[in-house]
Amino acid sequence: MIGQAVNRVDGPLKATGRATYAYEHWEAGQPLYGFIVGATIGKGRITRIDTEDAERAPGVQLVMTYLTTPEQGPRDESIPFEYWRAQPVLTGPDIHYYGEPVALVVAETLEEARSAADLVEVEYRAGRGRFDFGEFEDVYIPKTVNAGLPTDTAVGDFDAGFAGAEVKVDQQYTTPYEFSLPIEPNACMAEPRGEDLVIYVSCQITDAARDSVASTLRMAPERVHILAPFVGGGFGSKLGIHSETILAAFAARTLRRPVKVAMTRQQVFQLVGMRPTSSQRVRLGAGRDGRLSAIAHDVTMHTNPDIEYAEQTAATTRSLYAAPHRLTSHRLTALDLPRGTDVRAPGEAPGMLTVESAMDELADALRMDPVELRIRNEPTVDPERDVPYSDRHLVDCLREGARRFGWENRPATPASVRDGQWLIGYGMSAAIRGHFQGPTAVRVRLETDGTAVIQTDMTDIGTGTYTILTQVGAEGLGLPLERVRIELGRSDHPTSWGSGGSWGATNSCTAVHRACMTLREKLLDTVRDDARSPLHGLDPANAVFSDGNVGTDGASEALGEIVARNHPEGVEAEGRTLFMGDDPNYSAYSINTYGATFAEVGVDADTAEIRLRRMLGVYSVGRVFNPKTARSQLIGGMIWGVGAALEEEAVVDPRSGAFVNRDFAGYLVPVHADIPDVDVVVLEGYDDKANVLGAKGLGEVGICGSGASVANAVFNATGVRVRDFPVTIEKLLPGLPPMDA
Amino acid sequence: MMSASETAVGRSQGEMAPLSAITLNVNDQVRQLQVDPRTSLLDALREHLRLSGTKKGCDHGQCGACTVLINGRRVNSCLTLAVMHENDAIVTIEGLGDPGHLHPMQRAFVERDGFQCGYCTPGQICSAVGMLAEVEAGWPSHVTADVATPGIALTDNEIRERMSGNICRCAAYPNIVAAIRGSAEGGPG
Amino acid sequence: MRSFTYERATDPRAAVAAVSRSGAKFISGGTNLLDLMKLDIEDPSHLVDISRLPLRDIEELPDGGLRIGAQARNSDVAADARVRTRYPALSEALVSGASGQLRNKASTGGNLVQRTRCPYFYDTAAGCNKRDPGSGCAAIGGFNRIHAILGASDSCIATHPSDMAVAMTALEAQIELLRADGSARRVAITDFYRLPGDTPHIENVLEPDEMITGVLLPPPLPGRQLYRKVRDRASYEFALVSVAAVVSTERGTISEARVAFGGVAHKPWRSVEAEDALTGRPATMATYRAAAEAAMRDAVGRGHNDFKIELAKRTLCRTLAQAAGAS
Repeated sequence: MIGQAVNRVDGPLKATGRATYAYEHWEAGQPLYGFIVGATIGKGRITRIDTEDAERAPGVQLVMTYLTTPEQGPRDESIPFEYWRAQPVLTGPDIHYYGEPVALVVAETLEEARSAADLVEVEYRAGRGRFDFGEFEDVYIPKTVNAGLPTDTAVGDFDAGFAGAEVKVDQQYTTPYEFSLPIEPNACMAEPRGEDLVIYVSCQITDAARDSVASTLRMAPERVHILAPFVGGGFGSKLGIHSETILAAFAARTLRRPVKVAMTRQQVFQLVGMRPTSSQRVRLGAGRDGRLSAIAHDVTMHTNPDIEYAEQTAATTRSLYAAPHRLTSHRLTALDLPRGTDVRAPGEAPGMLTVESAMDELADALRMDPVELRIRNEPTVDPERDVPYSDRHLVDCLREGARRFGWENRPATPASVRDGQWLIGYGMSAAIRGHFQGPTAVRVRLETDGTAVIQTDMTDIGTGTYTILTQVGAEGLGLPLERVRIELGRSDHPTSWGSGGSWGATNSCTAVHRACMTLREKLLDTVRDDARSPLHGLDPANAVFSDGNVGTDGASEALGEIVARNHPEGVEAEGRTLFMGDDPNYSAYSINTYGATFAEVGVDADTAEIRLRRMLGVYSVGRVFNPKTARSQLIGGMIWGVGAALEEEAVVDPRSGAFVNRDFAGYLVPVHADIPDVDVVVLEGYDDKANVLGAKGLGEVGICGSGASVANAVFNATGVRVRDFPVTIEKLLPGLPPMDA
Repeated sequence: MMSASETAVGRSQGEMAPLSAITLNVNDQVRQLQVDPRTSLLDALREHLRLSGTKKGCDHGQCGACTVLINGRRVNSCLTLAVMHENDAIVTIEGLGDPGHLHPMQRAFVERDGFQCGYCTPGQICSAVGMLAEVEAGWPSHVTADVATPGIALTDNEIRERMSGNICRCAAYPNIVAAIRGSAEGGPG
Repeated sequence: MRSFTYERATDPRAAVAAVSRSGAKFISGGTNLLDLMKLDIEDPSHLVDISRLPLRDIEELPDGGLRIGAQARNSDVAADARVRTRYPALSEALVSGASGQLRNKASTGGNLVQRTRCPYFYDTAAGCNKRDPGSGCAAIGGFNRIHAILGASDSCIATHPSDMAVAMTALEAQIELLRADGSARRVAITDFYRLPGDTPHIENVLEPDEMITGVLLPPPLPGRQLYRKVRDRASYEFALVSVAAVVSTERGTISEARVAFGGVAHKPWRSVEAEDALTGRPATMATYRAAAEAAMRDAVGRGHNDFKIELAKRTLCRTLAQAAGAS
């Protein structure tokens, strides 16, 4: 079952509109509707807030402001991860960023709530905010960067190594604010049930959501029940919960009625957080043979002053290429903007965009094939950690990709190939992403009818968790797929690390596998001692589980019969996956996924419009649970790279601190017409250091470097190197040739 | 004319307009409901009729998640009022098929893995069904080489251009195109 | 969104009468009006639904032109065989705009009077003389990448977002208006729209008691028509710059030309300067360059949109080269 291209088991529900997302649960009857009122200044203080008109408006049940919100638990920084901390809202009169919630209006209908929200009168005293990343030079050094990684690293003597290099690249790149923007906006329905709260919320980690709600509302965690059976995309933005959840929860507790609150699309841009903007200096020093002697990657980013977020943008540079002299650093500038947060492939996406652009610049300076340049710098051990790689196949990805893509047809000279009005270019990039492992528990129960139920608080945010857990469970117990049922997204189930960081699949599948193995042992112990079983006294070593039966040497019995006879309540086992810090493989090896992306673009010679023509990604991710869902996720990641290279950019107005283009008309993401043939090849693999199943995560490696392959193709097409992402028309136009007849 | 109320002239802030009693024909069922005139067709479907298969992604016609078929044509249900659709035949994703009886387009999406999170999916599917009818009718598109030429060849580029009003942030685009092509060719997807 | 009352109009004159009262507005496709009402930018107290008025037909005119009913949907106009063969630039413009779903809803009349996409117009907390006269223009000195380079004022630098109206401008359309008393008038599309001046909130010459009932297209000029739209994304995006061109050539010389730009001004921008620079000249790149320079002689960038001047020139040159080459 593992490794088969099974259709998504939740596919028919999703394709028929029967999958229910956070805002769509009717079990508790008609809920009330909440609407968030946001601040219209970026920094300052509320001097007057008048809710009288709003409260008198038709249908209004409650208007919450900082003056009326119950006491909230504080954000406790001793809790290691932000997403598990309290998330207080409406905390006082101070405004920290544009759009910050200043009130929640709850009414009988959505129309009434939205209308009354407009009647909340707020007066402000605006302060002088720090809004413009380019304006401020003061930076500070964070203690660590995201995921607890070191802020700075140094190996060898970079200055000497770089000074002595025959060929150098020393360039400054900038990347913009970017948003995750799943199509389901952040939404929550809170339902009071006695002293308990049932919270339907669009989130990636139900355990974090429970802790966060409980500590903010000062409740016992066991009284909070998070339900997230379907999540309309997350991409990092739903790792934690947000203001709509806390506000819905407070309102529901106050009114003793179910209350639901969804952010508008515009509010998502203001209230959820974003990938920080960055300025990155990349220095590469190499010999004329292309061998790198020195690599430095120095990153400065924005952070919110109160909730520090330091994206690990230079972290992948630490394991990517060999070079004796190396430096990486991260610095922060505090701005009065929403918090930085994890956006798909945090660190890797903006970091590889620039470093792999710089590698292309080096290849160009050396007049060397960019694929060959990367192969020449393949390390034998992780160059900063000085440990072996577990299963590194970057060069295989590069070679296989180059062969399949027809890389040998790349225009050798930039701006040399035309197809009618189109300037044609090829570009490529390498990809690397760390593989992580987090504590995860699942329960597998075999019922008396021979079906298995797998329970965990893990979510399926579109990644395919329902499907691959079905496959692993079916294989683990020798059951047909249709006899495995998965229950996800309930915080009352065994605790996982949720979906995120590309760790969800391997964490939960490994735990399911282990639970199944334990359950097998239990079943074998049972039948061995069960005089009524045809398998009585069997040798467990010879037992085979298949098609719902267990058998040995010709004798066999249905699992359901064994369970019914011996365990009338069913029989269950738990399986666990360790935190990577407690798993020696993760310190003894550098465990990563790898890839290579290749892109062909056309640039309109007159207007500089850039259109992707085709794209290929070749990946090495260990063993794959389901080639169909894996391919989909990898393609999705590659297309995110296309968006980052060519389209996505949120613009702050430095006068107000507001995001100007805060909707899907202004913040462009790829649409169908932007995406031609995208192909993915996954190399056969098995990483025995990663986990017992040999699999690694692949939700984010698709983004890594894929944007650079597109940007490098634009350079190859035009001879214009754009270092201020995204690459857009106005940045190419001045470098285009004059119009001919 | 219906529900023309003179009382609204000179309304004060927060004054409520009277509810409108309307009849909607949704998925071949006649449904009576009382709606605020402000209620979008999308909110009427989701919050009044509890047909939450039609999704709200942006509420401003910028994502396509709310696409339904009205009299056979695909439209954004977020940018039209429920009161404007009396006697119109509305088909939502629930009306195309159910998990036990998938519409061919729904089956094709499942077979080709034309989605991940599933939230834009109902809109993509309704849009695809409406789009194929437009191609059948010979409507030109932005990528049609010569708009004056009757008849449209359903190339992948035509599908991509015509489906561009449906954003998929999971970026299942290549699979969606494959599903639509497969469905149009009458295959299993 | 504030509350409003709703009525469905059954005949055009009654519709005009109904909209004459204070705070009333027409709704048809709703694709722009409801978008704006949800953000409290438009705030009608009464809506008159004109979507079912019998104004959907596309009819032949005795002079060989075409009359497009104001309630004809964008998709129906784009797909009409007469439009496609005789006014292909209009069909091309329509299908380059919005999405299939929006085109199925949006009406011809509504498309003409759609509001700007300036993000500061959309942000009720920002100064905007168009939304709130006297409150200033936050786009000047703000993020103005999509803003006007021609005909703007110190009060407003917004652009008109329509593609359709740009093609209609090059096709010299006339707009047919009906008053409550039953009288009608026709206005040339170039006269229909106003430049912002000091009153950017007044965008066209439509009177409060008037309704657009149709668009009249005169018989097309001989020659090739083209609509070229430039944007970052391949689809589903407003134009950075667009060009509608009609070019007639005889033995290598341009005998007549019509040129209109989109995305560059408060209205679809007919460039008589470009037309004059083309007429009677050889169909060569040198001529197109001269026309482009003439068209953009008075263009002013505001910072982020500076590039649109060069982009408009290049787009015009290429469009003319294609149109003349094939005509």
